[in-house]
Amino acid sequence: MHSPLEQFTVKTLIPFHIGDVDLSFTNSSLFMMISALGIFFFLGLGLRKPSVVPGRFQSLVEMAYELVSTMIQDNVGHDGKRYFPFIFSIFLFVLFGNLLGMIPYAFTFTSQIILTLGLASLVFIVVTCIGFIKHGFKFFKFFLPEGAPLFMAPILIPIEIISYLSRPISLSIRLFANMMAGHTMLKVFALFTMLLGIYGISTILLNTVLIGFEVLVAFLQAYVFSVLSCLYLSDAIHMH
Amino acid sequence: MDMEAARMIGAGLAVFPLLGVGLGIGSIFSNLIQSVARNPEARKELFSIGILGFALTEAVALFALLIAFLILFK
Repeated sequence: MHSPLEQFTVKTLIPFHIGDVDLSFTNSSLFMMISALGIFFFLGLGLRKPSVVPGRFQSLVEMAYELVSTMIQDNVGHDGKRYFPFIFSIFLFVLFGNLLGMIPYAFTFTSQIILTLGLASLVFIVVTCIGFIKHGFKFFKFFLPEGAPLFMAPILIPIEIISYLSRPISLSIRLFANMMAGHTMLKVFALFTMLLGIYGISTILLNTVLIGFEVLVAFLQAYVFSVLSCLYLSDAIHMH
Repeated sequence: MDMEAARMIGAGLAVFPLLGVGLGIGSIFSNLIQSVARNPEARKELFSIGILGFALTEAVALFALLIAFLILFK
């Protein structure tokens, strides 16, 4: 019997080394490429012949666009419109990664902490840069909430700095743990079914429901990831 | 105590945070239902906020579950 954690092993497909650095083409990179191509064809096919009355593909693309557009409008406001491509790419990449992982035998690259940490650090660095470009050195005021009494500063400033620096960690661990725990849970419940032998038929319905739940979680986590990126962006633009 | 038994007990203890998560998700949805009952027109906006809260709370449960799985199937 395979261990339920075996599905997360990164396998090398094409070995490639530069000195001591391992740049091999792995199954993780393969699925990242598939997801990038998937996004490309999804948007390309959807908008090949744009019409006023959208077809099936076009309304899907429009739904994704509207979702992210209203998300930015609600959370960041009018100034956020410029950053739409950034949030939209992150949303689609995470969504395609999560949904690709739901296909049997596919590899879920969002269940790798290194990838989610990379994405979250990208969001963190971009947002911090936007804050410094917009406000200059006044951005440091962010760490002392407005209206707080001055004698509280020695306590408040370290707390605010720690909470600011822990953002990429919590953002990445949320996505990674959700995907990993969800997929492990599916495997464990499938194992129960197998152990029951012929009586396993009774639990197949439960497994189906769980897979439906996982698809919901896959969508929800992509949504949460981009909403939180929007909130951080809004903090940097409006300073609380 | 033998090692295997200790691991099983540890995995069981690791999902103890589910107590708090259960309370949290219950409180989120009870408040959501109350708010919608008071103001049915705000249902759409409240629902998306509620789902966000649910996802953030559920993440804590999954951290605990992850630790339990890591202990069980290392």
